[in-house]
Amino acid sequence: MLELHSINRKLGDFTLADLTMSVAKGEYFVILGPSGVGKTVFLEVVAGLIRPDSGRITWNGADVTFVPPERRGFALVYQDYALFPHLNVAGNIAYGLRARGFDKKIVKKRVQSTAELLGIRDLLHRKPQTLSGGEQQRTALARAMITEPNVLLLDEPLAAVDPREAERLRRVLRDIHQRGDTIFLHVTHNVDEALYLGDKIGVMLDGTLRLVSTPEEIFRSPTDREVADFLGLRNVIHVDEITKGGCRAAGVEISISITDDSMAHVWIRPEDILLSEKPFESSARNQFRCKVIGWESSGRLLEVKISVGDLALSALITRSSFDDLKIESGAVLYCTFKSSAIYCF
Amino acid sequence: MSNPRSTEAGRPIPWTGLVFTLLGSLVLLFIIAPLAGILLSSSFGEISDAAADKEVRSSVSLTLSAALMATIACTVTGIPLAYLLARKRFFGRSTLFAIIDLPIIVPHTTAGIALLTVVGRDSLFGSTFGSLVGTAPGIAVAMAFVSVPFLINAAHNGFAKVPVHLESAARTLGASPCRTFFTISVPLAWRDILTGMIMMWARGISEFGAVVIIAYHPMTTPTLVFERFNDYGLAHARSAAVVLLIICVLIFAVLRFVAKRRSREE
Repeated sequence: MLELHSINRKLGDFTLADLTMSVAKGEYFVILGPSGVGKTVFLEVVAGLIRPDSGRITWNGADVTFVPPERRGFALVYQDYALFPHLNVAGNIAYGLRARGFDKKIVKKRVQSTAELLGIRDLLHRKPQTLSGGEQQRTALARAMITEPNVLLLDEPLAAVDPREAERLRRVLRDIHQRGDTIFLHVTHNVDEALYLGDKIGVMLDGTLRLVSTPEEIFRSPTDREVADFLGLRNVIHVDEITKGGCRAAGVEISISITDDSMAHVWIRPEDILLSEKPFESSARNQFRCKVIGWESSGRLLEVKISVGDLALSALITRSSFDDLKIESGAVLYCTFKSSAIYCF
Repeated sequence: MSNPRSTEAGRPIPWTGLVFTLLGSLVLLFIIAPLAGILLSSSFGEISDAAADKEVRSSVSLTLSAALMATIACTVTGIPLAYLLARKRFFGRSTLFAIIDLPIIVPHTTAGIALLTVVGRDSLFGSTFGSLVGTAPGIAVAMAFVSVPFLINAAHNGFAKVPVHLESAARTLGASPCRTFFTISVPLAWRDILTGMIMMWARGISEFGAVVIIAYHPMTTPTLVFERFNDYGLAHARSAAVVLLIICVLIFAVLRFVAKRRSREE
């Protein structure tokens, strides 16, 4: 088990503040945070390349805070892969075993099998500069995995490859993770990536871990407005007043099945909002007349922006219902959502 | 911009190129002319006589080997310093850079006199280990002093170009700092280090001022040329000078070629 206890580190403009977290054996932990400085520093602190100003890092209970990186067994894969340009792919992959003084024959055999696992067996004689982004990433992963690290630290591993390769690499990452007990600690700004790969997801904003959750739960439990905004949650509504059985927000009474006395925001998933031309009988407790303000494409769906009085909401609908509803700016529709589809925080 | 000739159709005037080329040619001519002159004014017979001359031969081998010794010794000690300067940020770092460049600006005879206080008869070193005045090691010391900045600066540039995270990645893969230095940093900075070594060696070979103060004898080729010029005149000095010039240019060309090819392979 990897544990960080109140890690603090200031580096230029960036501060890691009182970071405490634990990752269980074999867990895939994704740190989700906006692009920019900081997440790399976090990984370098865990790897032992940067000393924390205070706090402790333990591995299976043993304090490793001052253990140098080469003796931690925490392999770090940088965003730009950091392949050694003077070595070919085989030489890059073999590097960690050679550093540990393994026998030449064993090194050769394990380079072969690791390259096979990552689908780069044909590239072993190539120089890194001649590889595509995806091939470079596979080489970097092979180079790290061959050392059988306790922890694999991944810095935005899919950010620099094209979308199709990123999709394939996502599967590769999941496969190699499932093969062993190695902890994967992966930082990214991409929410989908985190949902796909993570057993656990931690949201890091301004150098602090704001929320740790599972992919299933993360959208139900944003801890504050900033986290909600970062997760791209639409329809996060500030609560003006908590009422019996719900709340009042922007002058609209919203009925909620489970309320929370300390809630400051409510959140309605845009796909849970139904749009219709006429009001209809429904068990859903919230039905309002609304006006269409605009719409935009959101992948296969369309996001329709509507207003209920002063309350602005977004609803996700299919293209065919868009045509059926004859949506246009200023059109008057009805929006319906269940009281159980509303989350409070 | 007010000059209509300068921005016609937004293009720079063709003049600029012409003037720059002319000025550049003047500088190049200034470098090439004397070297070509000395080569052309010496007959083949003169040169081969000089090359067969025992005194010339021993001076050339002394010059080359003393400069090589200086280069090797300073590579061993200077490369770690260059690495530290490229990687660490510490108080007094820029002062250190200035100190390293000092031998370039100090007049070389002054450098020779200064060196006497360290390796001369009355110095601590001289009274303990014996004076280096008038010895080949003394010549190497004089050469090293005036030429080591070229090596350190080139190696520093080389190390500075190696991305730090390549070294960091190597560390997390299990390599000690020392192993990382020899398997990642040095191979990647190798071309600059080699260039620095060539520059240092070449600069050492050509040194006269500092060398002549430490050791008139045994005689390096520059000293020999100087002596023959004083005692026998231009013709005698010229043939010895040409021999060293040819050797230097050949070695220089070969090493540069090797360094270039290495970098292309990488």
